[in-house]
Amino acid sequence: MSSKYIEVPSNAMLLERDIDKSPVLETMHLGIDFGGLTAVDEFNLTIGRTEIVGLIGPNGAGKTTVFNLLTKVYQPTRGTILLNGKETSGMNTVQVNKAGIARTFQNIRLFSALTVEDNVKIGLHNSMNAGMFSGILRLPRHWKNERVAHERALELLSIFEMEDLANHQAGSLPYGAQRRLEIVRALATNPSLLLLDEPAAGMNPSETAELMENIRKIRDTFQIAVMLIEHDMNLVMGICEGIAVLNYGKIIAKGTPEEIQNNPQVIEAYLGKQKEDGQ
Amino acid sequence: MKKISKTTRSNLITYAMVVAAFVIMQILSVTGHVSNSLAGQLVPICVYICMAVSLNLTVGILGELSLGHAGFMSVGAFTGVVVAMSIQNAAGPVRLVLAIVIGGIMAGIAGVIVGVPVLRLRGDYLAIVTLAFGEIIKNLLNNIYVGVDSHGLHFSMKDTASLNLDNGTILINGPMGAPGIEKLSTFVAGFILVLIVLTVTLNLIRSRSGRAIMAIRDNRIAAESVGINITKYKLMAFVTSAVLAGMSGALYAMNYSSILPKKFDFNTSILVLVFVVLGGMGNIRGSIIAATVLTILPEALRALNDYRMLIYAVVLILVMLVTNNPILKNGWTLVKEKLAFWRKKTPEPAAEGGGVHEQ
Amino acid sequence: MNLLLNLINGISLGSVYAIIALGYTMVYGIAKMLNFAHGDVIMVGAYICFCAMSYLNLPPLVGVVLAMIVCTALGMIIERLAYKPLREATSLAVLITAIGVSYFLQNTALLIWKSDPKVFTSVVDGWPGLKLFGGEMTISPVTIVTVLANIVIMVGLTLFTSRTKKGKAMRAVSEDKGAAQLMGINVNSTISLTFAIGSGLAAIAGVLLCSAYPTLMPTTGSMPGIKAFTAAVLGGIGSIPGAMLGGVLLGVIEIFGKAYISTQLSDAIVFAVLIIVLLIKPTGLLGKKISEKV
Repeated sequence: MSSKYIEVPSNAMLLERDIDKSPVLETMHLGIDFGGLTAVDEFNLTIGRTEIVGLIGPNGAGKTTVFNLLTKVYQPTRGTILLNGKETSGMNTVQVNKAGIARTFQNIRLFSALTVEDNVKIGLHNSMNAGMFSGILRLPRHWKNERVAHERALELLSIFEMEDLANHQAGSLPYGAQRRLEIVRALATNPSLLLLDEPAAGMNPSETAELMENIRKIRDTFQIAVMLIEHDMNLVMGICEGIAVLNYGKIIAKGTPEEIQNNPQVIEAYLGKQKEDGQ
Repeated sequence: MKKISKTTRSNLITYAMVVAAFVIMQILSVTGHVSNSLAGQLVPICVYICMAVSLNLTVGILGELSLGHAGFMSVGAFTGVVVAMSIQNAAGPVRLVLAIVIGGIMAGIAGVIVGVPVLRLRGDYLAIVTLAFGEIIKNLLNNIYVGVDSHGLHFSMKDTASLNLDNGTILINGPMGAPGIEKLSTFVAGFILVLIVLTVTLNLIRSRSGRAIMAIRDNRIAAESVGINITKYKLMAFVTSAVLAGMSGALYAMNYSSILPKKFDFNTSILVLVFVVLGGMGNIRGSIIAATVLTILPEALRALNDYRMLIYAVVLILVMLVTNNPILKNGWTLVKEKLAFWRKKTPEPAAEGGGVHEQ
Repeated sequence: MNLLLNLINGISLGSVYAIIALGYTMVYGIAKMLNFAHGDVIMVGAYICFCAMSYLNLPPLVGVVLAMIVCTALGMIIERLAYKPLREATSLAVLITAIGVSYFLQNTALLIWKSDPKVFTSVVDGWPGLKLFGGEMTISPVTIVTVLANIVIMVGLTLFTSRTKKGKAMRAVSEDKGAAQLMGINVNSTISLTFAIGSGLAAIAGVLLCSAYPTLMPTTGSMPGIKAFTAAVLGGIGSIPGAMLGGVLLGVIEIFGKAYISTQLSDAIVFAVLIIVLLIKPTGLLGKKISEKV
């Protein structure tokens, strides 16, 4: 397992604190073609146990496609994904989630007709065990499950101080709260790697600052890795420990925020404009 | 009293409504205030309530359009007839209960056979395939012959002669349907079945499984991303819905002296779908009310004779046009907001509601 | 010999299904709705032609043209009154409305023409059939006319949608209503035109159907309507060649099923084929693959 890791030297991006632990995710030569078009190619990345990684790049670079590959919304055309040291080939989205990847979506995908609490409870689905008949016959297992899930849901919602919204309909929440609820729902599935697709999109600066704090808090409390796609450079540079830059489906640079900011290739491909007004 | 959530309160109102309606009807019929035509409608009303609630599970809760619900009803109906008529020596209620239970099980099996291949399809394609299955079931029932004699049950797909009956009775006679049914269904049985169907559906919706089903409806991709097995829960909702339809079918069949396979055609599936849509998708109480009103309505219009189905059609179109009119819709939302505003201002109705508090 | 005759009969019945299926498929393609009232427009068309021929003693061709005019107008009126107000509503609401329209047409027909079946005189009554193999096999004139009509309609529609401005507008609206509108296409009139063409074709289908199977009742359109809808889905709903292919296939399967497997179970066979095809190709034989963006 670890020998495989050494075989890919370009992946040497692990933080010191994670170096002794096996990485949460390793991808090797990952790629996908749509028809004749190569959307992602040679995507090699290692994410440490408790690392916060940013995936950046211009629009259409293939960032969300990477998320879709990792969560098996698309089956990769080639390459390997090792999740907690286990290969995920042959797994589907549901199995990958059970194996430890949870995600949010760029265009929010909540269960909008249900309440906030139910959304989180659905995230807790696989940590509950009451079957259909327990539910229909209201057996003790159903009640026990419901009680535990209710408490856990409120606990998770408290990360974003959303307990008071528990009985609101998810679709009626303001935009920012919907994004936060998606994160809570993903966390409820007890992942080891959390994928956030543009978590700060549509948020105002103060909300974004709060979100940064919360992402750090989530990593610290749950001791999990976070990988995020984001266009807000303040957020990316502020909380990511490692950054990978994607352009035309390929990683053009990897490194710490400082390294990325000073990488001439990145500046040329992507950051050039941002650096002047974004710094 | 503990805090009662909004949904619990809503469910209690639904149960109370059903029980109250039953009690009122019983009092009216004891005192002789129920006309013959209405008395004849009582069991069908119960059946259609069960059908509408069960279809709502597929259409409103799971979010998949089914156009073949009557197919499951017919499986339950004909199974029920065979069961009830082949155990002549048991007491009436026992035969009815067995007919309903086994009718439900057989419809459930049909639901699995239909659901496993079909539920992979999406949207309108799923709808057309359920329609096709409904027609196939009807077509098969048109060609099934069942008889009973001292040796037991006999089946054939050809004709009654090939049953080789030894002085027995024919239970199902192909396109002629089931000729000699004993009327075992009663209003009380119908009421109990409504309560059962209602309990199963409402409890299922508000459980771990029900949430998974509704998650698939609201966002399939998100449901998968949080580890929900789509096929399993789709099938669960679909088969449960089929079982409940089969049970209603058995109750329905045992309310008549004879019954034809063509009774359970596409039009019946559509009729039930209309109840669900008019009652509101996913709204169980709405289904009950719509099924009741729309079963009574054509009967009430009987005086208008030839025009009644025409009026029914016009009412249907107008209701759809009015309820989907954006101007009226916005108006209604405004009214509701106003009402909610006034309710908040005046605290006493909430206090009277038995200590109901919303967080 | 029998095989050939069955094949020809199948193609003939299938051609009727195909013409009806065109109406379903065009309307679905453009308005994304299952127009369940379409089958009943067929019935109205057949009744109009019947009345023109039997009561007014008009020549068959005039009857057909009259039926087409009435059905075209009927289709446009239905669209304007019942479907247009529901452009923004859920597809289920539109479906239920279409069912309401279907009931309306059936029951209006019942009031006007009563429930007793009318015997429809073939529009090509007295025409000579085609004798083959030295008179061993006769192909009826209805069969020939039906198949020819089908071919003419298919070629005509294909040319219309690919060559004319209106036809291109139709395709544009079915691709993307919003974008078409921004390009200056009048979406409402395009949809109205689609209903007009579909309903006009339904009239032809009704006349041909009743010429081959001469019993005419208010419910005559229901089953062929459902089968034609099945044919449209089989071929890939939204696709004009798909409707043709699906219709003809369905007709052939139905006749072959009746001839070689079981007369009683022919409907079950037809629907079973649909299910099998959809399980292998979920969007029908010629349907476009749809993928969801995540």
